[in-house]
Amino acid sequence: MELETAKTPDALKRIVIEPVSRVEGHGKVTILLDDDNQVHQVRLHIVEFRGFEKFIEGRPYWEVPVLVQRLCGICPVSHHLAASKAMDMIVNGGILTPTAEKIRRLMHYGQMLQSHALHFFHLSSPDLLFGFDSDVAKRNIVGVAAANPDVAKMGVLLRKFGQEVIRVTSGKRVHGTGSVPGGVNKSLTIEERDYLLKDIDQMIAWSRDAVGIIKGLHKSNPALYDVFGAVPSTMMSLVDDKGDLDFYHGALRARDKDGEVIFDQVSYQGYNTLLTEGVKSWSYMKFPYITALGDEKGWYKVGPLARIQNCDRIPTPHAEAERAEFVAYGGAKPMHGSLGFHWARMIEMLCAAETIKDLLLDSDIMGADLMAEGPRREEGIGVIEAPRGTLFHHYRVNEDDLVTYANLIVSTTNNNTAMNVAVRDVAKNYLTGHEITEGLLNHIEVAIRCFDPCLSCATHALGKMPLEVSLVDASGAEIDRMTKDGEGRIGKGAL
Amino acid sequence: MNAPLPKRKLKVATTSLAGCFGCHMSFLDIDERILDLVELVEFDRSPITDIKHCSPDCDLGIIEGGVCNAENVHVLHEFRKNCKILIAMGACAINGGLPAQRNSLDIRDILAAVYAQPGRGVHIPNDPEIPLLLNEVHPLHEVVKIDYFLPGCPPSGDAIWKFLTDLLAGRTPTLGFGLIHYD
Repeated sequence: MELETAKTPDALKRIVIEPVSRVEGHGKVTILLDDDNQVHQVRLHIVEFRGFEKFIEGRPYWEVPVLVQRLCGICPVSHHLAASKAMDMIVNGGILTPTAEKIRRLMHYGQMLQSHALHFFHLSSPDLLFGFDSDVAKRNIVGVAAANPDVAKMGVLLRKFGQEVIRVTSGKRVHGTGSVPGGVNKSLTIEERDYLLKDIDQMIAWSRDAVGIIKGLHKSNPALYDVFGAVPSTMMSLVDDKGDLDFYHGALRARDKDGEVIFDQVSYQGYNTLLTEGVKSWSYMKFPYITALGDEKGWYKVGPLARIQNCDRIPTPHAEAERAEFVAYGGAKPMHGSLGFHWARMIEMLCAAETIKDLLLDSDIMGADLMAEGPRREEGIGVIEAPRGTLFHHYRVNEDDLVTYANLIVSTTNNNTAMNVAVRDVAKNYLTGHEITEGLLNHIEVAIRCFDPCLSCATHALGKMPLEVSLVDASGAEIDRMTKDGEGRIGKGAL
Repeated sequence: MNAPLPKRKLKVATTSLAGCFGCHMSFLDIDERILDLVELVEFDRSPITDIKHCSPDCDLGIIEGGVCNAENVHVLHEFRKNCKILIAMGACAINGGLPAQRNSLDIRDILAAVYAQPGRGVHIPNDPEIPLLLNEVHPLHEVVKIDYFLPGCPPSGDAIWKFLTDLLAGRTPTLGFGLIHYD
């Protein structure tokens, strides 16, 4: 890949950005330049390793939905629910009562709202409102509060509402316990429902305003917003059986960079053969790709920009109107400029707010039938659309109820190659040939922030997925390639 | 807030080491009170600012997460050197938390399970840019002196608020019933 590996790294100047800030988790970017400031190599390194999948082994299965939340404090609900979905399959073949499914959906859409609000207002808005190379002292949420108090307050209160939805459905704002294998452990009371309903119209209105803010920014500077950090690539997400946007459940669909469907309605139960995880020596995070397309062509994007352009429709009216406008703006082809993620993310936040209202008005969420029973199985796979994209959880449990196998592919890992391509594009277009300043380096981080990466999540890395390791020499030529299939068989050559 | 206003804003630095960012999220769960807080404090190095290193005159350093690699050790020393008061926030900072579950396993075995190719040598990511892992995850107080411990996984926004307002008002922080919990 272009700019991934310099031919003569030792002869070059090294610039490092560490820590990457206003993202969740730990990342580091290194840039190698020659004496004329021509960029030769750019890499986003994930520098932390925690080993979750290994120490989950041997734990009782019912601990897992609570345990794996600790992968991530911004999107714990995603891990809580993806693990619960996998465990549902193990305890009852994957069935839920209507009340349990709707409570889980409410929890999940509450999380979408809080995570997207947090990312846009607390983390990314300073770049977008003040400029990528604005004063460092001001480039944070406190600066936004000083310059645009109404915007900051809107962000704080949108996030607060999403967190309250999570607290009411799971017992705690961060790392709650509401979802259990086979269902949920509480429904809503009338008081809780009314407490949330009281503010929901305001949240929908503010979400519409938020879409307006980013849309205005985008349209005021298309020369920047349409092309910055462009990553033309395949896009993958879950869609429901009608092809609609659904964050909680569905089947996999992928489109190529021109919007043509590559596959559709593929059950996520077969994720293991569909995807392969590549490894590179310079990052703990793996590099997944669609197996059939190979590692050069098969990498893809997930998350808001993929979801909004992958689905046929959003099932809530205001968000659907915004989606139609977004798609029309792009014309006949999908948009791949990384800043488009923010616009898509705010459309999703609006969808989440509207969906929360629909769920609160549904009498099932106050039902008493919380748990479903069915046949016990040994294996379960649960997949969900987390705020940052498609999230895979896969477990095996033995007859003593202990976990014997765990494999996770977290949302951000899916975007690993895409993020690297984006930062290289920005480095090529903004840094090369210039004296490097703090403001220029922030452009690199702006590109990373578009993806809203969750680098905490991404460091659990311990898969037993089909794996491919290629050994390349200094010039990038491949000298050896080893593969391991899903059963752990080692071989040579392509999978 | 009833706290008397300090003469100058206190400098607060925060970081997450081997944590999940949940404690930082809880910090933001003080919700609109953050607008009161920024009248009293200014944020120095923190994931929510672009200040990459601590100023030498930080008053408070708030640290989430335990110590799992060489880089964490460097950052922790940077905080101890530049902050008058260090606070270990949350279970991972206080006792290693969930990531310390790996302490019963050999790190070489864990890495080999993923990156090694039997009979073909090991392909564990080994670039010099990647910090070396420690054999075990350590709580902060095993590496530097810690002044306060704020328990919880994560501590609630209300607990963090009570702790900070006590400290800013010059009182000994106490959480008390309802705010002190370890889950």
